[in-house]
Amino acid sequence: MVASRNNRRSQQAFAKFMLDRRRMLALGGMTAGAGALAACGGNTGREETGDGVSLSQWYHEYGEAGTQEAAKGYAADYTDANVTVEWIPGDYDAALASGLLTDDGPDVFESHLNRGMVEAGQIVPLDDIIADVIDDIPEGDLIRNTIDGTVYGINMIDDPQYIVYRPSLFEAAGITAPPTTFDELIAIAAELTTSDVKGIDFGAAGGTDRLGQHMINSLGLSFIGSDMQAGFNDPRMAEGAELVKQLNDSSSLLLGAPTDWWDPSSMIQGLCAMSWTGLWTMPALIENLGDDIGIFPCPGFVGGTPTVYNGGWATFVNANSAHVDEAKAFTKWLWVDNKEAILDWCLSYGFHIPSRLSLRAEADQLTSGPAAEAVAISEEFGWADNPDWTPAMNTAVNDMLSNIAIEGNDPEAELAKAVETVNSELDGIFG
Amino acid sequence: MAVTDKTADPAPAAAGTSRRPRRRRTFGGRNLAFWYFVGPFLLGLIIFTYIPVGWSAYLSLFDARNTVTPTSDDFVGFDNYVTMLTNADFRRSLITFSVFAAIIVPITFASSLGLALAVNKVRIMRAFFRSVFFLPFACSYVVASLVWKMSIFAGVRYGMANTVLGWFGIENIPWLFGNDPPWFWLVIATLRLWIQCGFYMILFIAALQQIPEHLYEAAYVDGAKPGWQTFWHITLPQLRASSVAVLMLVLIAAYQAFDEFWNLLPNSGNVPYARTPLIYLFHTSLGTSQDLGRGSAGALILALLIAIVTLLQGKILGFGKPEGR
Repeated sequence: MVASRNNRRSQQAFAKFMLDRRRMLALGGMTAGAGALAACGGNTGREETGDGVSLSQWYHEYGEAGTQEAAKGYAADYTDANVTVEWIPGDYDAALASGLLTDDGPDVFESHLNRGMVEAGQIVPLDDIIADVIDDIPEGDLIRNTIDGTVYGINMIDDPQYIVYRPSLFEAAGITAPPTTFDELIAIAAELTTSDVKGIDFGAAGGTDRLGQHMINSLGLSFIGSDMQAGFNDPRMAEGAELVKQLNDSSSLLLGAPTDWWDPSSMIQGLCAMSWTGLWTMPALIENLGDDIGIFPCPGFVGGTPTVYNGGWATFVNANSAHVDEAKAFTKWLWVDNKEAILDWCLSYGFHIPSRLSLRAEADQLTSGPAAEAVAISEEFGWADNPDWTPAMNTAVNDMLSNIAIEGNDPEAELAKAVETVNSELDGIFG
Repeated sequence: MAVTDKTADPAPAAAGTSRRPRRRRTFGGRNLAFWYFVGPFLLGLIIFTYIPVGWSAYLSLFDARNTVTPTSDDFVGFDNYVTMLTNADFRRSLITFSVFAAIIVPITFASSLGLALAVNKVRIMRAFFRSVFFLPFACSYVVASLVWKMSIFAGVRYGMANTVLGWFGIENIPWLFGNDPPWFWLVIATLRLWIQCGFYMILFIAALQQIPEHLYEAAYVDGAKPGWQTFWHITLPQLRASSVAVLMLVLIAAYQAFDEFWNLLPNSGNVPYARTPLIYLFHTSLGTSQDLGRGSAGALILALLIAIVTLLQGKILGFGKPEGR
């Protein structure tokens, strides 16, 4: 689900950044730095020293305190090359895209795989460095990092997205179990809505920017079919969209909150009884609401299964790097072999699931309470991005839902339009 | 200004014959000074505007994804232009812009002219009033958007607008969600007015001060009444050149609407009912999408539209004609 991922990347970082008072003073300097980086296409800070090569590694700005120091710590621990960590605040995608077009780009960077990067020759295969641990990597994480049978990325963290709720409010309203179908969700949301508290927060766009993608997965359809055409041309999609419209027309959605769905503030401030969220908000929710939180996957549409979107970040090696082999060696050392660093990165700052099955069992924080539930539903109901699914296709699905749910357009006609847009995109790429 | 131009022009020509040899001895003389002043600006214009525009034109002929140096295999001729022009979303973004322009251009024009007339009439604390109205222009759209979004027009019960409405028993309004009714236009229009009116007010004040007092005095002698009559027959015609310039600047600024849409609307402005052309192009060619061929084609179509509208507007309203004719 590219769109929600986009939001999260820059905006979540920004919100958390604003919340963190200790770093407020740095705001001016950081913004100036972002401007300078955008202007130069990224200053890699790379210096050729006598012994060992120098590598530059790019991260987007993680919101959790301590992450930057941790990333720099891992780099400093590496002895075979001199690794410089670049922490890119602001629009990471744009900075990275322009960085990769120049000779001054990063050697190792985090991103999300798409076919364009492979066809433009920007990244190298990483099959050889994960060969030993390939059975330990969750299948979904392999699929999302694979194009035409070649693995290009290694997931660093998995971030499932689901709905969080306040059990106390459920109890007060006499609701015994979380909803499993979208119809139930609509009914429960209406029941929980009072003059002060809304039933559910699906984000600023009322869920139209993610529920279409969940619907596709809930109904067992695919983004792209094996015939390389849109895989979701199914009348049940139109029915599902009607449900989203029903929710939008009810007054149980929290709309116009100052913060979007990726920020737990609405939930913490008691503006809503349920909210779309991701695993990264778990520490803040536990800190503020204590035991009064529970989670459930996105309910199923029109007889479909519940779903959980597995987001996250993966690491890549720049094909135009002057030191591809050294960059691969570093990547293997940090994100394949260095279990301590992987666990530290996932669990010491925010809450993420390690992209390694064996490590999940080792992590105490992930074996109890709502976090354990998150791991379980992520494995049972999870779906991940398809690297052939472009932002343009994603926008087509979002627009479909927005046109149906917000503007009341004809569902079948909108579905046909979205299918046509996706097909013409696919024809442009594979035709 | 017209008068000084006329007297200045003949002077170098007349003096030229006798002075020219001396000037050559001072190595370029006036020419060198000209390049000293114009050179840096021209260089910036070439590097940051003309080369990118040219490069865009080149890229727009290729299927350029994730690259700015496409190979000849990727050459697609005018396909990108056809795709963009037949793309319903891109066309809808042009309609969104038209709605925006239809709201923002007349209101900005009227309010900045009104402000200028009012501030010009004030006899005390003139500098204060001018600064106060000009000050918002120094504020960034991003910062203003955050203020509008998080405090004034927050959709929750403690948002300022909703608190005020609450006193009258009106329910909370999610100002920035959906387009039924399209409250987001109110948020976006007020924000832009707040930021840009002061700037155009200054332009109008400058023009107002250029109107000779004796025109008004002559009108009063002929029996005209101060107020609407002199405004309509003297002030407005005398402001013609400035008015045309302001209209043109406001319209071009409206075409380039990006910041407030990006920061205020859901999903970074990527919503079908309020996607401006620049937001659409950003999502096409920057960020994760990197479809630089189509993005460039769209940008050039947009640039062409701005150029045509500007030229037409100038032609119809008479841009560059001397004041008051």
